[in-house]
Amino acid sequence: MAKNVLVIEDEPNIIEAISFILSRDGWRVATHSNGVDAVSAVQSRRPDLVILDVMLPGRSGYDILRDLRAAAETADLPVLMLTARGQTKDREMAQTLGASRFMSKPFSNAEVLEAVNDLVRP
Amino acid sequence: MASLNLLIAVCLAYVALLFVVAFGAERAALRGKAAWLRSPLVYTLSLSIYCTAWTFYGAVGYAARSGMEYLTIYIGPSLVMVGWFWAVRKMVRIGRSQKITSVADLISSRYGKSNRLAVLVTILAVVGTTPYIALQLQSVTLSVASFSQADAAARPLGDQNSTAFWVAAGLAFFTVLFGTRNLDANERHHGVVMAIAVEAVVKLFALLAVGIFVVWGINGGIGDTFARIDASPLGDWQIKGDRWAGLTCLSAAAFLTLPRMFQVLVVENEEERHLRTASWAFPLYLLLMSLFVVPIAVTGLALLPADSNPDLFVLSVPLALGNNGLALLSFLGGFSSATSMVIVASIALSTMVSNHIVMPIWLSTQGGGAMVSGDVRHVVILARRLSIIGVLLLGYLYYRISGGSTALAAIGLISFSGVAQFLPALIGGLFWRAANRIGALAGLILGGTLWLWCLFLPSFGPDVILPASVLESGPFGIGWLRPWSMFGISGMDPLVHGVFWSLLLNTLAFVAGSLFTFPTPMERLQGAQFVNVFDHSAATRSWSGGMAQSEDLMIMAQRIVGAQEAQALFARAAQAQGLQGYLPEPTPEFLQMLERELAGSVGAATAHAMIGQITGGANVSVQDLLAVADETAQIMEHSSQLEAKSAELARTARQLRAANEKLTALSVQKDAFLSQISHELRTPMTSIRAFSEILRDTEGLDDAGKAKYAGIIHGEAIRLTRLLDDLLDLSVLENGQVNLNIRQGGLSEILDHAIAATGAETGRMVLVRKGLNDVTLNTDMDRLAQVFINLIANAQKYCDADHPVLTIDTQVKDGQLLVDFIDNGTGIGAEAQDVIFEKFSRIGDQQAGGAGLGLAICREIMARLGGAILYLPGQQGAAFRVRLPLPVRMAAQ
Repeated sequence: MAKNVLVIEDEPNIIEAISFILSRDGWRVATHSNGVDAVSAVQSRRPDLVILDVMLPGRSGYDILRDLRAAAETADLPVLMLTARGQTKDREMAQTLGASRFMSKPFSNAEVLEAVNDLVRP
Repeated sequence: MASLNLLIAVCLAYVALLFVVAFGAERAALRGKAAWLRSPLVYTLSLSIYCTAWTFYGAVGYAARSGMEYLTIYIGPSLVMVGWFWAVRKMVRIGRSQKITSVADLISSRYGKSNRLAVLVTILAVVGTTPYIALQLQSVTLSVASFSQADAAARPLGDQNSTAFWVAAGLAFFTVLFGTRNLDANERHHGVVMAIAVEAVVKLFALLAVGIFVVWGINGGIGDTFARIDASPLGDWQIKGDRWAGLTCLSAAAFLTLPRMFQVLVVENEEERHLRTASWAFPLYLLLMSLFVVPIAVTGLALLPADSNPDLFVLSVPLALGNNGLALLSFLGGFSSATSMVIVASIALSTMVSNHIVMPIWLSTQGGGAMVSGDVRHVVILARRLSIIGVLLLGYLYYRISGGSTALAAIGLISFSGVAQFLPALIGGLFWRAANRIGALAGLILGGTLWLWCLFLPSFGPDVILPASVLESGPFGIGWLRPWSMFGISGMDPLVHGVFWSLLLNTLAFVAGSLFTFPTPMERLQGAQFVNVFDHSAATRSWSGGMAQSEDLMIMAQRIVGAQEAQALFARAAQAQGLQGYLPEPTPEFLQMLERELAGSVGAATAHAMIGQITGGANVSVQDLLAVADETAQIMEHSSQLEAKSAELARTARQLRAANEKLTALSVQKDAFLSQISHELRTPMTSIRAFSEILRDTEGLDDAGKAKYAGIIHGEAIRLTRLLDDLLDLSVLENGQVNLNIRQGGLSEILDHAIAATGAETGRMVLVRKGLNDVTLNTDMDRLAQVFINLIANAQKYCDADHPVLTIDTQVKDGQLLVDFIDNGTGIGAEAQDVIFEKFSRIGDQQAGGAGLGLAICREIMARLGGAILYLPGQQGAAFRVRLPLPVRMAAQ
């Protein structure tokens, strides 16, 4: 059974790239490009994994992560955070808030694949 | 044998001579022909009243009893005149510049013109001098008696008292006549000074004559005299250290503080330079006076019966050898010594008594002291005369009570130690600014009391005033208050003991009192001019009418409140009085107003004292006031400097705080900027890397996919390049390093270029151009075009209307070119309008692909061109206005 991933990202080219990579690996990819209703999108789609960008229009990825961790049904949901700001404090922030994995852009496709497969064991 | 009658006749003749001398000197001084009176020699000789009958007769007696100790009485003053010349000079300068009339006046004047202090000093001086006057009377009486003993027709012993009385009366008469002839403001008595100068010569001559007679006439030369001295008990004299030191100090102190010495040293001083001569001539005089003391004493001891009074050796040795002429000369010498001392002492004391005791009492009984008129002079002279008579009467009474039994030297030393109590207050007043009235009063009261208790009262002998039991075991049996061993310290010489304790506690009380209390403004003022007398006493100024006063008031006011304020104040007052210029009449109203103004700066009391001193013309010179004013100004300047410094510190702290805040803000901005740059660079890089990896790694990708992904990579690379270009551009603009290429051109040319560059002509968006057709500009055409391109491109990207229309409206207003770019989209929300010109601020979705630097660059360009770009709210859609100032010439077109 194919695993579901929800990519929350606003940059169209990056969405396309991630979708392509994960689809080829057998994931069922859904995308969401807006921060404001990202939490409800997660709750309605119930993915096995969320790939979450930090800088989203409307709402910060950190805020979304905090909400996800606060809700019972998404508290243990694997979340791979992506950010274009590669500074240490961003990484620390993500860890504090409970991100499962943190990757800075630009990433290697192989690493992303490895990470998502690592996070969601069949 | 010299008959008593002859003696009296010679005395009277001598006194008559003195009268003539004094009278002649007075006349000469009156006629202004007194240049020869004002010679340093006369001044020096007048100082010789230090050598009284006590010295003339007593020194020999002293030597006969105590060996060389009599020298201390000469060493003290010599040390003062030579070693302490500068201090004496200061005292004389102060005395002259302040018109000081007596030692009491000096002390009272120094401590804020305190009359209480003056009264205390006067009383102490009278009490201290009375035994001394008694001593002179005694010496004259004894010398007359030794003649009468030698006279065959000896008179009864009771006559001694009558001799003393008649001598006292005669001296009173002479003193009243010449001491109070006129009321000179300077209290100078030319006649008296001349008479005592003559007497000084007589007594020196007499003593030297007796000495020569003794050495060459009796002993047969210097060598034999020395042999005789060696043979006598005087030869192996011993120095008792404490007595020598104590007596030297005591005579030095007395030389400065004795009322009669103060009179001749300070009050009668004509010119300060005389002091310079006296500083060597007077010790020389003392040396001559002491030269033959020991030979006479030794000879007297050897020749005369053991029970003869050594105090009279000077007289009795020639008498015993039948040299009546020499005896008569010797008698005249002693007589001169006694009379000159009594005359000057009674003048000095009468000045003090009448000025500080009689006159204040008389004035207070008159009521309305300010209204006294010319007849005061008469009252003053009367008071002086009565005081002179009173002082001599006291001396006579002391002589009668003490019975004339005590040795001359002992009385003299007690007198010395009494007036020496003035020393701490006097010296402290001359050299110590902080010395004050309370300290002086405390020291004088304590020292004076101890002197009375330890020295003066016991001097009458046991059971005369103090019972023998008190001397033995203290009052009421309190052992530590025994007059001769205070505080349980016994074994000291009674005199040294009394001097030690009285002066020590006097000084301690004076210093402590001065340190723990504060001087009044008047004391500060007087203290300043006493201690700094050499700084500002060159000339004493006199008042020449109202304007001079106003000018002096102005000078003082300028120093206190500042030049401009003072001038304004005086000019106002002058105007109010209907006068031109800056100098109003010193009317009471003006003075009151000025006093109020000054009080604001220096305090009410000081202001009152200062104005009072200037307008009252009292004996405070303007220079002295200005010295105080300078001090005030210095204090004020100092405090304002402190204030300025503290204000400066506060300002610096504020600046540092602001700089710190700015740095912190800059640091935050820098972090945010770096973070933004990172984000803006990494985002296209992410796509480029991801798709290039896809192209590389994905097998069996169709051509359409390959083309699509390569297209994305290409697009993102271009975006990256544009971003870097923009960043560089912005950096150059922000750093102000941009080189503007200013040239002349038409506005429409630039607009056409911008429209062409954006392809807006052919796009979906409708362009409408309104307003002026063309305006000539003188600016950087390329940069302005860059701004226009940016704005048109933004409208193309962000205008969300179904049928987008961009209106470009050109107008000139107030010398400014205004170009508006207005589209028909939804526009920009009010909250975003503030931030659109900031770097990396983007509104709306990301698809537009800008890095958010465009408007920031536009803003920088317009700032460099001297204009501005701003958002124009209240239009249908997004509206930007570019404003550019036109050169004056072009604006006029």
